[in-house]
Amino acid sequence: MANDPGSLRTALGRVRFLGSAKSGTHHAWHMRVTSVALVPLSILFVWLVASLVGKDYNAVRAMFADRFMPATVMILFIATSAYHMMLGMQTIIEDYVHNEIVKTWSIMGNLLFSIMVGFAGLFAVLKLSLT
Amino acid sequence: MSEVERRRPLSPHLQVYRPMLTMMMSIVHRITGAALYVGALLLVYYLVAAANGPGSFATAAWLYGSIVGQIILFGFTWALLHHLLGGVRHAIWDTGYGMDHPAREYLAQGTAVGGITLTAVVWALVYLMH
Repeated sequence: MANDPGSLRTALGRVRFLGSAKSGTHHAWHMRVTSVALVPLSILFVWLVASLVGKDYNAVRAMFADRFMPATVMILFIATSAYHMMLGMQTIIEDYVHNEIVKTWSIMGNLLFSIMVGFAGLFAVLKLSLT
Repeated sequence: MSEVERRRPLSPHLQVYRPMLTMMMSIVHRITGAALYVGALLLVYYLVAAANGPGSFATAAWLYGSIVGQIILFGFTWALLHHLLGGVRHAIWDTGYGMDHPAREYLAQGTAVGGITLTAVVWALVYLMH
């Protein structure tokens, strides 16, 4: 894969016209789309957390079961955040982890962690609202 | 890594620059992002505990009601609001505006002050309501 040490051909020259990986800007774009979505969702989420402070079990159950808004906000916030934080952590890993094997495992771990956190949160909200 | 790649110069890293507000805000944006990544577990723990039943909810409620829990919640709120304002700042920069002096300084100051102020306002309201 690597250049012959004496070669003057650049890495760009070797891959040019071979076609792109077809995923050039989707990471950056998805980061921005989720960021924009998270502006109103985070504000609603903070308001929701503030109104959950000090509530007992029955009040919390009632809040999620009786009303449409808290569960919807929570579900959208969790789903969008899980994706957003997966993208963000991947950037951090790619910036600081240079060992190829460690990087691959870290990115895989990041993906699995984000999915786990997201689905655990979503399942909990659905159970709270629907049972 | 080939010889050619090994001999490539690297761009200078953080330690060679004089600390500046815009740079500090960039670092804090990343740190708060990473903190929220871990902090997501706190939210999921609370929701799972509530979904699990009264017993596990009581433990979670006790934890978040304690002094340590309150400090963690306060920190989580600050990280979220700071990161939110930082994101808005980046969105403004994405459009090409606010990158010149002194606009970028005002934006950085606004992020720093705004994050702390909004967090204080939110928790003041929470305590006033109780």
